Amino acid sequence: MKRFGLISVPYLWLLALFLVPFLIVLKISLSDTALAIPPYTPTLDMSEGWAGFKEWLSGLDIENFTWLTTDDLYWKAYLSSLKIATFSTILALLVGFPIAYGMSRAPDEWRPTLMMLIILPFWTSFLIRVYAWKAILSQEGFLNQLLLNIGLISEPLTILNTNTAVYIGIVYTYLPFMVLPIYSALERLDESLLEAAEDLGCSRLSAFWLVTLPLAKQGIIAGSFLVFIPAMGEFVIPELLGGSKTLMIGKVLWEEFFSNRDWPVASAVAVVLLLILIVPIVLFQKNEEKQREAGK
Amino acid sequence: MRRLSWFNTVSLTLGFAFLYIPMIILIIYSFNGGKLVTVWSGFSTKWYGELFRNEAFLDAAWVTLKVAVMSSTVATVLGTMAAYVMVRAGRFHGRTLFSGMIYAPLVMPEVITGLSLLLLFIAIGLDRGVLTIVLAHTTFSMCYVSVVVSSRLVTFDQSLEEAALDLGCTGFEAFRLVTLPIIAPAVISGWLLAFTLSLDDLVIASFTSGPSSTTLPIKIFSAVRLGVSPEINALSTIMISLVAIGVIAASLTSKRAIAKRAKDEQEAI
Repeated sequence: MKRFGLISVPYLWLLALFLVPFLIVLKISLSDTALAIPPYTPTLDMSEGWAGFKEWLSGLDIENFTWLTTDDLYWKAYLSSLKIATFSTILALLVGFPIAYGMSRAPDEWRPTLMMLIILPFWTSFLIRVYAWKAILSQEGFLNQLLLNIGLISEPLTILNTNTAVYIGIVYTYLPFMVLPIYSALERLDESLLEAAEDLGCSRLSAFWLVTLPLAKQGIIAGSFLVFIPAMGEFVIPELLGGSKTLMIGKVLWEEFFSNRDWPVASAVAVVLLLILIVPIVLFQKNEEKQREAGK
Repeated sequence: MRRLSWFNTVSLTLGFAFLYIPMIILIIYSFNGGKLVTVWSGFSTKWYGELFRNEAFLDAAWVTLKVAVMSSTVATVLGTMAAYVMVRAGRFHGRTLFSGMIYAPLVMPEVITGLSLLLLFIAIGLDRGVLTIVLAHTTFSMCYVSVVVSSRLVTFDQSLEEAALDLGCTGFEAFRLVTLPIIAPAVISGWLLAFTLSLDDLVIASFTSGPSSTTLPIKIFSAVRLGVSPEINALSTIMISLVAIGVIAASLTSKRAIAKRAKDEQEAI
């Protein structure tokens, strides 16, 4: 009985505030836009009982989803988000792995400090960290001033309000999410395994390739999902650092909802995004469960 | 003692430079006297003065603080319960769905979570305000708390709890007297994580807040959307300093606790 209580409280909370809202999004994505409050139709009227439910059901259609396929904007935005999220994940891995590796090779007494230095930006406001790049990347910003002064370029580069700025922003803000899981995998690595590999005739590079990398695999997978999935729906970074040409689906959803006030289309955009992300989310969850089991 | 190879030294130096230089530039330029953010025109603290005279910012800061304290406290209770279920409850009906609902919010794009919660609040006729933001923040931060706490519970020696039960404790007493003190550091860091996540959130709060409940990130966002502003630099500096002090203090305390435990263990032997 007590066990039942312990399970049911968080369970019901998540059902009511995580799962049910998605069903509502799904329902509204099948409704029509209307000039009313709330701005969609039909609304389910419980007081009319079964007949009302049947009428509501017959009012639903997939019009919004066919609308998404007829307008170029949407599928281009999905593709462009996919591209930006994939490349930024790879970039974050390329930047993050050497940091995590360096941390795991550092002397023991440095590690708590290095760990703190990685975690500190993670605790600092996301919004502020994105904003910090605005002053660096602008035409008269610090990066251009620096490059002009050392004579590397003769006129300022346009970086702010381009996709390059979005990549920098995503890699920068999500870097701790990539470094931490890889570090915790590498930290557990028993160094005698590497020595054994070298004794058995491996070069250092092939020991890294055959021993270190496979053992860090779960950390790399976890880190990549932690960057890729949220980056797919990112809104703040393309809004603050990207330009008018930066197309990302999170921005489209935001505009449909807040500017166009088209709730059914915004919901349909969310449903499709969720369908794209469901596979990576399930894989991420499996990977986490596996790690938790291994930790026991 | 191990020494770092040149490769590792270079990658750590560059990595940390990349992480910290933008924030350092931001802090330096918050003390700039001029209106232009990229041109230095003398040291001044006038933007801090402007900030503290700005009623709208102060109101938003107060709302944000209230929401963060309430949501992180509820999230810690719910998240700890959820962690217990994940680690201890064994198999039960709907376990896969439960663990899915714990892990999915960690990576779910915020626009989806925000939109879906807003549509829920409208469907049940709940007016948007502080309460709706608290409900929304509790929901996603409890999942973070449960991940942090369950990673501690996994390594916890269950025989201690069994001993307490054998000695006549009720289940709840065993939890309060044995388990809770041991997992307390994880519960506290879970609370802190939930607290900062709530302070930080822009997207979900934008969907779930009403006109009278603007939070600080919403205010900052509408200010920086148009460009760089020295007042926001001052505000950012204050927020970065608070976090830095908190994190450094926490890591020093835990370092001291580890050293003390090591000393105690040595003396016991």
